[in-house]
Amino acid sequence: MSLNAKRLKRETTDPWWVRAIIISLSIAFVALMLVLPLGVVFFEAFRKGVSVYLAAFQDRNAIRAITMTCLAAGIAVPLNLVFGIAASWAIAKFNFRGKGLLIALIDLPFAISPVISGLVYILVFGMQGWLGKWLEGYGIQVIFAVPGIVLATIFVTFPFVARELIPLMQEQGSEEEWAAISLGANGFQTFWRVTLPNIKWGVLYGVLLCNARAMGEFGAVSVVSSNIRGGTNTLPLHIDALYNDYNSVAAFAMASILASLGVITLIGKTLLERKLEQESNSSLESPTTEGTS
Amino acid sequence: MSIEIQNISKSFGAFTALKDISLKIENGELVSLLGPSGSGKTTLLRVIAGMESPDPNPNSHVLFFGEDVANKPVGDRKVGFVFQHYALFKHMSVFENIAFGLRVRPRSQRPSESNIRDKVNSLLKLIQLEGFGTRFPRQLSGGQRQRVALARALAIEPQVLLLDEPFGALDAKVRKGLRDWLRGLHDELNTTTILVTHDQEEALEVSDRVVVMNQAKIEQVGAPAEVFHHPASEFVIDFLGNVNVFQGRINQGQAVLDNLRVRLSDPSIPDGEQAKVYVRPNDISIDRVPQGLSSMAAQVTRINRAGVQAKLSLELDNKEEIRVDISMDQLSELNLQLGDAVFVHPNKARVFVPDYTI
Repeated sequence: MSLNAKRLKRETTDPWWVRAIIISLSIAFVALMLVLPLGVVFFEAFRKGVSVYLAAFQDRNAIRAITMTCLAAGIAVPLNLVFGIAASWAIAKFNFRGKGLLIALIDLPFAISPVISGLVYILVFGMQGWLGKWLEGYGIQVIFAVPGIVLATIFVTFPFVARELIPLMQEQGSEEEWAAISLGANGFQTFWRVTLPNIKWGVLYGVLLCNARAMGEFGAVSVVSSNIRGGTNTLPLHIDALYNDYNSVAAFAMASILASLGVITLIGKTLLERKLEQESNSSLESPTTEGTS
Repeated sequence: MSIEIQNISKSFGAFTALKDISLKIENGELVSLLGPSGSGKTTLLRVIAGMESPDPNPNSHVLFFGEDVANKPVGDRKVGFVFQHYALFKHMSVFENIAFGLRVRPRSQRPSESNIRDKVNSLLKLIQLEGFGTRFPRQLSGGQRQRVALARALAIEPQVLLLDEPFGALDAKVRKGLRDWLRGLHDELNTTTILVTHDQEEALEVSDRVVVMNQAKIEQVGAPAEVFHHPASEFVIDFLGNVNVFQGRINQGQAVLDNLRVRLSDPSIPDGEQAKVYVRPNDISIDRVPQGLSSMAAQVTRINRAGVQAKLSLELDNKEEIRVDISMDQLSELNLQLGDAVFVHPNKARVFVPDYTI
């Protein structure tokens, strides 16, 4: 390296000790705050051996909690998928009154505490709530029952798919759809053959995050759940109950499921982000110029 | 197919895109809608295609072969629409892009797989992209993509081709080649074609008729030579190419500035009115000595020899700049150098008096 090049390098990069401090600080922080606790979950779960770990899953209440979690996510995720695609389609492709309000409202669950959303459902559907008595007349119990859990889960996971798709669909515009329609395609064909392939990775990404949140939600479901074991306890609530009983191996064994789900989500998310990036690159490649009337 | 547009208006909120437009396009014509950004030309094209609905008005109609298509959705109008940015289906191969219009037909009207293959292959041949069927749009150049977009539109055998700034995103050389190719294709297929463009050269070169639009209205409709040589308004003469503008005053039936006098065809315009005199750069001759009364003294400030003609910039005595195009032969004959004093003489001028447009 010539003297000039050396000087240039020195002038364009920070001194080595600045880089070293910043890099090691961030690594240390992530290790201490994120990786270590996650490792502890698995360490504690297997501390008394694999057989004790597996025994935790034999429990009837544990199986019930896992089923409840899968049920809540199984209903909330598809519903929010349909809603998310519909809302982002409406926002990206049409102009209508109240569009700004709709965008703001979609973000509402992000803005308010999950506990509040649980309480809101009690106020609406609870026995003393607005609709509780009326629903009871039809023998429907929402709060402290499965429907309440599902509703609370839908509420907190509401924005995930829509939030992911709105910017993606806005960026893509509606020219391809118009092209399909001008070629004689009907609405369904246009959606299925043109729109959906263009947003499929975004949809998967949204579903992945939505599912992770649906399965991991604690605050909102804890308010509307009866907290009866083997009743309407979801996995996070069950873990909390086990831990409060000082049954830490069982608690960590259950927690390891959610932690694994988190790791899988993270891997899937990274892969999908790469796909999404490729996709937006390929759309950027097409030459564009200004100037239409 | 003949297309007739009657009293069409379209506004988007407070913005008026089209103001009471009427236009008739004959069967087999290639017509350009020419105008600057925001003149309404693309909106007019989208109204014809059915992608925008005109403002409700009982007198406004869009007629295809005399039949009102107001209630026909885009897909039933049998229009081949080509978008400025191609709008190719990114995730489909070139083959599937072109086959799309055939594949989405109801089962009873859908051609067989082998018919689709033959049709697409013949279209690939037409656009000179044989062997490109398996490629994806991102693997093509801009000009190739636009040809695929055209083939895709042609696959449904449209009665009318609507092209929205089809060459706007391409570089000059490709644009020129595609323009000539499009004209040939139009003649070969015998379709009716409407082309939206803001490039006056493109419009004048390729079309049978040019519709010049400005601010939601049609300024002039006519054959290219007609709009070029007999512009109907200041806007048209200004938009159709380089032009010198001089401010003058009316005096005894003539527009006067310094010692330049242009006779008016309408002598009734009162004296003292402001007049704008438009002179195209090739309608001005240059001499070393004054030629008649209308010659104006000027100084050569710039000579550009790159081109078929030499482009000169000169400065008049009143410091106004004037552009003149002369042939290379004449340039060497006059042996002009920067700073030379010369005399310029307009051979042809158009005068527009506000409110008294002639």
